[in-house]
Amino acid sequence: MTDAGSPLHTLTLTQIADGLSRGDFSSREVTRACLDRIAAHDPALNAFITVTADEALAAADAADAKRAGGDTGVMLGLPMAHKDIFCTRGVKTSCGSRMLDDFVAPYDATVVERLAGAGIVMLGKTNMDEFAMGSSNESSFYGPVRNPWDRERSPGGSSGGSSAAVAARLVPAATGTDTGGSIRQPAALTGTVGLKPTYGRVSRYGMIAFASSLDQAGVITRSVADAALLLGVMAGFDERDSTSIEQPVPDYAAGLGESIDGLKVGIVRQHFDAGLDAGCAGAVREALAVLESRGATLTEVDLPNLDLSVPTYYVVAPAECSSNLSRFDGVRFGHRAEDPADLFDLYCRSRAEGFGAEVKRRIMTGTYVLSAGYYDAYYLKAQQVRQLISDDFRQAFEHVDLIAGPTSPTPAFRLGDKTDDPVTMYLNDIYTIGANLAGLPGLSVPCGLVDGLPVGLHLVGPHFAEQSLLRCGHQYQLETDWHRRCPNDYR
Amino acid sequence: MSAAWEVIIGLEIHAQLATASKIFSGASTAYGSEPNTQACLIDLGYPGVLPVLNREAVRMACKFGLAVNATVARRSVFARKNYFYPDLPKGYQISQYELPIVEHGELFITDGGEANGEPRRIGITRAHLEEDAGKSIHSIHEGLDRFSGIDLNRAGTPLLEIVSEPDLRSAREAVAYMRKIHSIVRYLGISDGNMQEGSFRCDANVSVRPRGQRELGTRTELKNLNSFRFVEKAINFEIERQIDVLEDGGDIVQETRLYDSDRNQTRPMRSKEEANDYRYFPDPDLLPVVIDDAYVEAVRATLPELPDAKRERFVAEYRLRNEDAGILTMSLALADYFEAATAAAAAKPGLVANWVIGELSAALNRDGIDIEASRVPPAGLAALVDRIADSTISGKIAKEVFDAMWAGEGSADQIIEAKGLRQITDAAELEGVVDAVIAQNPSQAAEYRAGKDKLIGYFVGQVMKATGGKANPAQVNALLKNKLTGGELSDGGGS
Repeated sequence: MTDAGSPLHTLTLTQIADGLSRGDFSSREVTRACLDRIAAHDPALNAFITVTADEALAAADAADAKRAGGDTGVMLGLPMAHKDIFCTRGVKTSCGSRMLDDFVAPYDATVVERLAGAGIVMLGKTNMDEFAMGSSNESSFYGPVRNPWDRERSPGGSSGGSSAAVAARLVPAATGTDTGGSIRQPAALTGTVGLKPTYGRVSRYGMIAFASSLDQAGVITRSVADAALLLGVMAGFDERDSTSIEQPVPDYAAGLGESIDGLKVGIVRQHFDAGLDAGCAGAVREALAVLESRGATLTEVDLPNLDLSVPTYYVVAPAECSSNLSRFDGVRFGHRAEDPADLFDLYCRSRAEGFGAEVKRRIMTGTYVLSAGYYDAYYLKAQQVRQLISDDFRQAFEHVDLIAGPTSPTPAFRLGDKTDDPVTMYLNDIYTIGANLAGLPGLSVPCGLVDGLPVGLHLVGPHFAEQSLLRCGHQYQLETDWHRRCPNDYR
Repeated sequence: MSAAWEVIIGLEIHAQLATASKIFSGASTAYGSEPNTQACLIDLGYPGVLPVLNREAVRMACKFGLAVNATVARRSVFARKNYFYPDLPKGYQISQYELPIVEHGELFITDGGEANGEPRRIGITRAHLEEDAGKSIHSIHEGLDRFSGIDLNRAGTPLLEIVSEPDLRSAREAVAYMRKIHSIVRYLGISDGNMQEGSFRCDANVSVRPRGQRELGTRTELKNLNSFRFVEKAINFEIERQIDVLEDGGDIVQETRLYDSDRNQTRPMRSKEEANDYRYFPDPDLLPVVIDDAYVEAVRATLPELPDAKRERFVAEYRLRNEDAGILTMSLALADYFEAATAAAAAKPGLVANWVIGELSAALNRDGIDIEASRVPPAGLAALVDRIADSTISGKIAKEVFDAMWAGEGSADQIIEAKGLRQITDAAELEGVVDAVIAQNPSQAAEYRAGKDKLIGYFVGQVMKATGGKANPAQVNALLKNKLTGGELSDGGGS
């Protein structure tokens, strides 16, 4: 490796880990480098809501001291950022909302705790769509995040701050959350790697809930190997989350080198229908050819209910969000209206002032679909369709090991382009939502550029098939350099 | 109450389960702490926290289901009941809705009055697990004049909501049913049943219909019934109110009414139109509760002898009257006391039972003491009862001894000796007293001999008076009869 000569901010997490273990540089140095990058470039990108420079340097020093004391932990002293949806003790945790603008979490999310326990240095909290509701990062109370590939365009959402920060080399990695594509779509739109694990693989404790049955924590990184490294620490049963699953955590990084010869990859015909941008389609087809060249076999599979996934999602997710967000009532924490006339006024104004338009839209939709007289027609029906969609995937996985296709129908769109048309915005997640409804793991890896904008290849596997997803993604990256492409202004 | 109307009542009882920690968090459930000191982040509904079900609460609910001969669901589901209230931190209450853990149970009441002592079956529709809300404090404290206070210590406390069928036909039956549930949960050790602290409370659904009519009348729901007495009074008030309205040609409005114990009346709280749409849906944070047969059987093996079985055994084993056995078995502690006293006594169980139900219970009630803390322990009462049985003292004197025991003056024998209360059984001594009494009452003696038999009571009374109540009544009776009739005549009436 010749990493020693590269600027520290250009290194992947794995490269930083190697450098630290070789003693090429200290955690303080690499942390400092990241903080300098953030200071220099974030004003134009708006990827961060909070930068925790002092805490980061203190944590880096502590990691360096541990290393000097003989600790050889792989993660020790590696810097990264957390999406501002994860509670971080003593640090503002806003969830991109005015509602929580002054909220300092009194505890660490399990994900944050596990990563910190392994030695990760937190650089700050990244911008996001308000309460993770959005696909463009434009619903954030803190303003839109800009895509490093074209600052007039969206970095995707809701984990847009994380994707932009990783793409612009401000940080080597960042956590994200994915309810309908919120890790994978921004990864695709920024030329980064986005991993959404199986539902239940990573604890949701301390992750502010949007739609509890769909939310899953994951990461945005520059390489598949980095995602494997982080997942190994984040994954595992947590007794504080009843929906986390007690299942052994494999050594994800160890399996990456295995060949994909004989891997059966399913192609979904509907994925290449009219809705997909021609440039994206071309890039994805080329990527599939690369997989084939490394020994994978391509088989067409059918997901007959795929077209129902967006409408199903937009019943289930708002229903759960309408209930999850009831706790933001101005009584115990968060925004409280000034001088309320009475209790009703306190509720109405605190919530009217604290929530943005998209959040209100979803709370109203969700309240409606759960209401007496509508529950059966909407919520119950949606749950039935959700089961059909799960069944479709299960049947497909009887024939193939994983399914490959586009992550997003188009490359990054212009900020403001879709804000007036929520349905068009919702359709941006058409390829990713199915995995959330079925609880499946999904991975997006960069697979091309169309007019200078990144395109993502989407891989979905059966429950707990992270290992084969990561292996496939890593083998693809051994053959391609799309993930090494850097936006011009951020080299 | 008018015979023309039939009353239909169903009860929803909330029993707080006696778990050490809350139903979805590790915070303590102890009562009476400083406000908001027993509410953790989960109870406070903080962003990002998640509920984790307390196993013990499930076990207790299962135990209850088995005790009332119900179906214990192998799969039950927690749902969210959504509504806004300041003492409901999450904006929803986690409860069971479509799939409760207990369904189709029953119990029998005997003392409701409606069925002339015949056991009446009351159906239990369901019992489900849920979390309690916190408490809103509206009283004017220092600095609270413009605000209401919220105490979330109670938030997340496990409750078992037990819903009866509308099988109850009077306020008395409702109370009998509620007492029976109270007795069962206490026997099972799943609730302390403390009504003052709110760990056992009840809402009542009440309607009336003309006798013979098939369809039910419009019902009202009575809230805030936190004592057996209030349940009876509130329901009786509400029955009268509904009958008055209907007899005046009016209609009952379906509504929730609050019972005001100070004024003994119910008044409207909210109407059906104002009722919340709770938007129930399965809680995605919790998995369905799945239990298997082995689990249920293991719980069944821990069931204690329940009130009905104990009552039957008391009748069979101790030859008690059914009614007395019922009273003694209402509370496990009282039943245990009785059995301990009986085991220690040579006297017949029936005599022990009389004393437990009579003097002992009266003293406990008077001083507001629980049976567990009785000032006279079972063996002490047994010793006292034995002194009656062996004629050392009379029943009347025994009450005096009991009072002294209650006051802490010593054991029965010590008190009998110290106060010289031993019964006079010496024939010669008694004969002397009897002779004297007859001599002092010549005219009554004459009347007796002339056939006025009931004057014997007068003479017994005089002898008792003369002996300070210590004379053996049976001996006195025999002696008097003998002296007044068959024995030697006291004056020379040979004319």
